[in-house]
Amino acid sequence: MAKGQIVAGCIAPHPPHLVYAENPPQNEPVAEGGWEQLRWGYERLRASLADIDYDAIVLLSPHWQTYVGTHFLGLPHFEGLSVDPIFPNLFRYHYDMNVDVELAKAIHDEAEAAGLPVKMMENPDFRVDYGTITTGHLFNPDWDKPLVVISSNRSTAYYSVEVMQEMMIELGRVTRKAIEASGKKVVVLASNSLSHRHFTTESEVPEDMSKEHITSHAMHLWDMRMIEYMRTGQAQRILDEMPEFTEQAIAESDGGGLSWLLSTLDVPTYPATLHGYGTIIGTGNAVVEWPCHAHEVSEA
Amino acid sequence: MSAGEVVASFVVPVHPHTVLAPEQNAGWQRLRDAFDEAAQTIRELEADLIIVYSTTWPSIIGHQIQADPNPEWVMVDHDFHDLGSIPYSFNIDAEFAHAWDEANQNRGLQSRCVNYKGFPIDVGSVVALTLLNPDNKIPAVIVSSNMYANRSETTVLAKACLDVVKAQGRRAVAVTAMSLSNRMFTDFIEPENDKIHSLKDDEWNRKILEFLEQGRLEDVGQLSRTIHRQIRVQKVVAFKPMWWLSAMNGNRNDLTGRIMAYEAIHGAGGAVVSLDPTPSGAGDKEYDEDDVEYFHGERGVLDTIDEVEDDGGSPPQEGSKPTKQGPDLWEPTEAEGSVNTTTAPKPVGAYPHARRVGDMLFLSGVGPRQPGTNAIPGGPIHDNEGVPLEYDIRAQTHAVVENVRRIVEEAGARMDQIVDVTTFLVDMKRDFAGYNEVWAETLGKVGPTRTTLAIDALPTPIAVEMKVIVHMAD
Repeated sequence: MAKGQIVAGCIAPHPPHLVYAENPPQNEPVAEGGWEQLRWGYERLRASLADIDYDAIVLLSPHWQTYVGTHFLGLPHFEGLSVDPIFPNLFRYHYDMNVDVELAKAIHDEAEAAGLPVKMMENPDFRVDYGTITTGHLFNPDWDKPLVVISSNRSTAYYSVEVMQEMMIELGRVTRKAIEASGKKVVVLASNSLSHRHFTTESEVPEDMSKEHITSHAMHLWDMRMIEYMRTGQAQRILDEMPEFTEQAIAESDGGGLSWLLSTLDVPTYPATLHGYGTIIGTGNAVVEWPCHAHEVSEA
Repeated sequence: MSAGEVVASFVVPVHPHTVLAPEQNAGWQRLRDAFDEAAQTIRELEADLIIVYSTTWPSIIGHQIQADPNPEWVMVDHDFHDLGSIPYSFNIDAEFAHAWDEANQNRGLQSRCVNYKGFPIDVGSVVALTLLNPDNKIPAVIVSSNMYANRSETTVLAKACLDVVKAQGRRAVAVTAMSLSNRMFTDFIEPENDKIHSLKDDEWNRKILEFLEQGRLEDVGQLSRTIHRQIRVQKVVAFKPMWWLSAMNGNRNDLTGRIMAYEAIHGAGGAVVSLDPTPSGAGDKEYDEDDVEYFHGERGVLDTIDEVEDDGGSPPQEGSKPTKQGPDLWEPTEAEGSVNTTTAPKPVGAYPHARRVGDMLFLSGVGPRQPGTNAIPGGPIHDNEGVPLEYDIRAQTHAVVENVRRIVEEAGARMDQIVDVTTFLVDMKRDFAGYNEVWAETLGKVGPTRTTLAIDALPTPIAVEMKVIVHMAD
């Protein structure tokens, strides 16, 4: 069996506003558009990967929050209705998705062997979180690739960003190891905003873009700093500054996705491609791709 | 219709073990038994409404209130999915939910109802309603816990809820679905090995329970920030439920408390606590925080500056729309002894907010308009064309008293130094009772002389204005 490979690593946001604005048939509310910069960013990301062959998407979602270990969806198929408990007016999505249970179990087993508390989620009544569905839809609207869905362990809240990062770097390492052992070609995807301070009011028309902007200059500066590191191949600096970024930008990196992603990519030194940046109810969001296929294929 | 009241309050734990697996651990079973006893108590009290404030339903855009009359689904916990599933079908009082939402907005809160098929009722609410109201006979209402809400906002949320409880004459039970210490074990444990995560957490939990057993709910509310720092995982939802529950009980320290059970659930502190409003506890409260009637905090952040009439120092209030009705606004005049403040609404003519002569302070007529936005809590009495509108005299009166307080305090005086008030009402028949009720709760406790007059109109579309005299000498 050929060695498995990560063909791309991506950070991409999951606020339900983006699906709402797309008006896909699966979502009940209807919008007049909005947040185009980010949706076009997702379009560019999809186009960038259109000619890349891959077998599965491995996704870490900060809206499947677990406090006791890291969990993996462990059944081959999930379908149902996902209603966002915070923005139910925007997101009531009928989902139908497949899971690569074999790969999920492989990552689970590697993580367990490395000493991380892990569990397979095998309850058929489980409702998949809206972060997974939003990113899953925007990344692959046809839902024709199986997913591996990993929960977000809240170790930042329990301990510190440093402890979280230590755990996520280890989880990233074993994720990569399991993917390579699987012989599969995989995209790894951190469903993640950057700065994460919300507005606490909503426009009468939620997609009124005249109201949309970053919550503060400081948040903008942090977002641009992180994006610049991504664009210039300085992933290590992102990890180095993660505690300050997470605290000062109230960043969603507290969920561990970004640290995990960079670890699965072996802390890349090549530039990432910024496909789009925009704000959603004041939070900072970027669609970024590390095109591993162009940099790591010779190692496979 | 009898006067509405909170007939009992309960603190209950949030995790699903008490529903799905009480038999696996003796402590979980004791919590379950306490739940069952609480359910029996609620039935015996003939309560007609259960109000749940749940810490496991976070919200961002203000507070959300469940308004689906019959939400049905199957709940699976994100962490403890292996314990099983909890199907639910609840009896929600949608009418109360909408009234509470409106009351919230009258008090300056951002609020909305949610009524969507498949809305994921949170684990804390599902556990509470499944066990406290097993036959669904008593209608319920659920409110979220706002991630960004401070004590003021949470207190006002409770006061708005009480407005509706009283207006509808309900016999309500208030429930907070919450953990005490919320640090769980971060690894998987066998049920028989469950215990409070640390001795420190256990000691803090017992101190909280000691207070509650003595009926000192308000003291726990005032210690909430400390408790959060000491024994809570620093998540976005702080130890807020005690703010809400204390305000639901009049911020009292003399309730009758009873600890029905205290046990660990995967390391977190779970307790079933009963708080009876019958006075028997430590006695008078020591309420040393602002007793806020209206929320004036950060809201309306999406609005641009030019939508606001001036920059009088307060952000615009949601729920009471800025109004441009009435005469132009003036800068207050500055003659000798004048007292003016940006925290009170601008005058509608050339006069100061107040003027001091010796130790006497004379206030100009004060209405309920809000500084900055000119918004009228409770709503204007008519629209731009003069068409009468429904309005809330209680909300307007509360806002008048709040504006009076701001001016009095700007002058360096105290509310208890107010000696005489003349009140003008534009509709004595309609509004006297509501105004009089608020008076009794506020200025009536201070004891000034009072004259109430009916007049034809006021310069802005408001229903009440007060002329106040203060004697500043001690």
